[in-house]
Amino acid sequence: MTADASLQDPPALPPEFRPEGPLLHRNAAISEPAWVQRILISLALLFLLGFLLLPLISVFAEALRNGWVTYKDALFEPDAIAAIKLTLLVAALAVPLNLVFGIAAAWAITKFEFRGKSVLISLIDLPFSVSPVVAGVIYIMIFGRHGWAGPWLDENDIKIVFAVPGIVLATVFVTFPFVARELIPLMHEQGTDNEQAALTLGASGWKTFWHVTLPSIKWALLYGVLLCSARAMGEFGAVSVVSGHIRGQTNTMPLHVEILYNEYQFAGAFAVASILALFALITLALKSYLEWRHGDELAATRRH
Amino acid sequence: MNIQIRGIHKAFASFPALDGVNLDIESGELIALLGPSGSGKTTLLRTIAGLEFPDEGAILFGGEDIANRPVRERGVGFVFQHYALFKHMTVAENIAFGLNVRKDRPSKEAIRQRVNELLDLVQLSGLDKRYPTQLSGGQRQRVALARALAIEPKVLLLDEPFGALDAKVRKDLRRWLRELHDKTGYTTIFVTHDQEEALELADRVVVMNRGRIEQVGNNQQVYEQPATPFVFDFLGSVNILPGEVKNRELRFEGSDDVWDSESKETGLVDIYVRPHDLQLVEAAAPGLDAQVTLVQRAGAVIRISANLASSGERIELELSHLDTLARSRQPGDAIRVAPITFGLFPRAPHRQPKTLPDVVPNAPAESRERAR
Repeated sequence: MTADASLQDPPALPPEFRPEGPLLHRNAAISEPAWVQRILISLALLFLLGFLLLPLISVFAEALRNGWVTYKDALFEPDAIAAIKLTLLVAALAVPLNLVFGIAAAWAITKFEFRGKSVLISLIDLPFSVSPVVAGVIYIMIFGRHGWAGPWLDENDIKIVFAVPGIVLATVFVTFPFVARELIPLMHEQGTDNEQAALTLGASGWKTFWHVTLPSIKWALLYGVLLCSARAMGEFGAVSVVSGHIRGQTNTMPLHVEILYNEYQFAGAFAVASILALFALITLALKSYLEWRHGDELAATRRH
Repeated sequence: MNIQIRGIHKAFASFPALDGVNLDIESGELIALLGPSGSGKTTLLRTIAGLEFPDEGAILFGGEDIANRPVRERGVGFVFQHYALFKHMTVAENIAFGLNVRKDRPSKEAIRQRVNELLDLVQLSGLDKRYPTQLSGGQRQRVALARALAIEPKVLLLDEPFGALDAKVRKDLRRWLRELHDKTGYTTIFVTHDQEEALELADRVVVMNRGRIEQVGNNQQVYEQPATPFVFDFLGSVNILPGEVKNRELRFEGSDDVWDSESKETGLVDIYVRPHDLQLVEAAAPGLDAQVTLVQRAGAVIRISANLASSGERIELELSHLDTLARSRQPGDAIRVAPITFGLFPRAPHRQPKTLPDVVPNAPAESRERAR
């Protein structure tokens, strides 16, 4: 009896597709002479050093210039603590909201056909193209004292502008595209076969989403959430317009840094800035880790 | 579970994907839906599954109309062309999925036992902990089948089950699927555009074209007694020659010889003859004169192309290498050709091109690619 070909294991991958990487690293045909390579690499490194690494180091150096005690005092000052708390609160509210909106938008766009789909896709990109200051001004025009909804809000004693809700709204607006943009290409590629398979096997819509759709997008989703939270914590323009800069109440960290700096309190400004930079670095590290994981998974889903 | 399909209509935008389909399927049958792209075969399968809803008509599972029931209440096992395995689950988790999402979920032990039975059935014991990306195409298709069988479906539906596989794998899997069907006895419907696959695997073949059923029959019927010119042309190659029937006598155009005709056709006809139903005859015997233009030897078959002396029309012949008259033919030789069997159809107003268009020209892309 001959072997059944439909039972055979897949063939081993050729070397260039193995996880440990290709055997040949260099391709002489598209390489430049050694001296050109060295000059180009040095230029790139100098640029990175001068424009990215030095400023980052200087933030921490400036913050600690007057010693550890001053640094600690600047950070534990009540206004600074309020700013840090507010920033984290805003991120903690804006990111979950955008997580839900982002999944819903990506789900609608990639799994269904409907009229006006291209308009929706363009709308999702709007926050990327509109200046954040404009976004802030729009909210003032809608919810401000002289805005459309202003009188009604006044009567009912609801505060949106110059308060936490306004800051959250502005942040949600600015960070809206991150999750959706990350999910749409992936979900588009995955199609609807898996969902249909789950339905034929008797799963309800919710179980299909929970057990089939969500696991297949989880890494892209985490990646989008990280980008979204980095931006949410660092957002300046839109928040600056709607916050009103009330110290200890509506000042987020970026706004607090600016105020301290304008008042020549450099130690304080750099101390808070260093914490903001630290948050960014943590996000970046997490992102790199996920990119590494997520890259593997993406490669796995593409391998048919 | 016997299935009756009654007057199904289904349109995508203005394109009629299914245009009045009636079909009876007996319990335990293995049925092939065969047709070119855009013929509606996949739409019919998806309508039976509940992944599409018909605009009109009824689908009866064991006498009960389920045309408006959602897919998850129908209890159908559906195997997708590209397997649609859940990539983040192991083979065992994939197979267990249908049992795990059930309202009356069986116990863990019962599920494990059922998964092992199914793995045995599809001959993949020992691969339960692998992920789909670690499997070959043939193995994935077997897992997809096991997953569909796990819910003990009333009917098993397969959409181009061998479409994405190598020729060798395809052949072995086909044979195995036939064995599996004979062993388990599920009513099975599969879609294919490969006539060889349909004829080899199915009990009965349903030939579809432009949203309609052209013919239903066992493989012998559809191949040897095609009901329409389309079926004749789609199931293998064919020579189409002009002729005329008078008083139950058939005369080929450009020949004085007469053949008996039992067909009820009269008047001008198109005569459909398969290349292997033509034979070479001696010069004195009844037949048509032709001149050889090309001779190809492919294994045990000699293929001869020739032009008819009367009209210059090109004909194709497939002859055995044992045929003494066929041996050592050269281009330029004069031959005499006689049909052994043939089909008669009324003369078409415009002669159709001999090769079929691959895709129905105005079929919207989404009606074929919706599942991607």
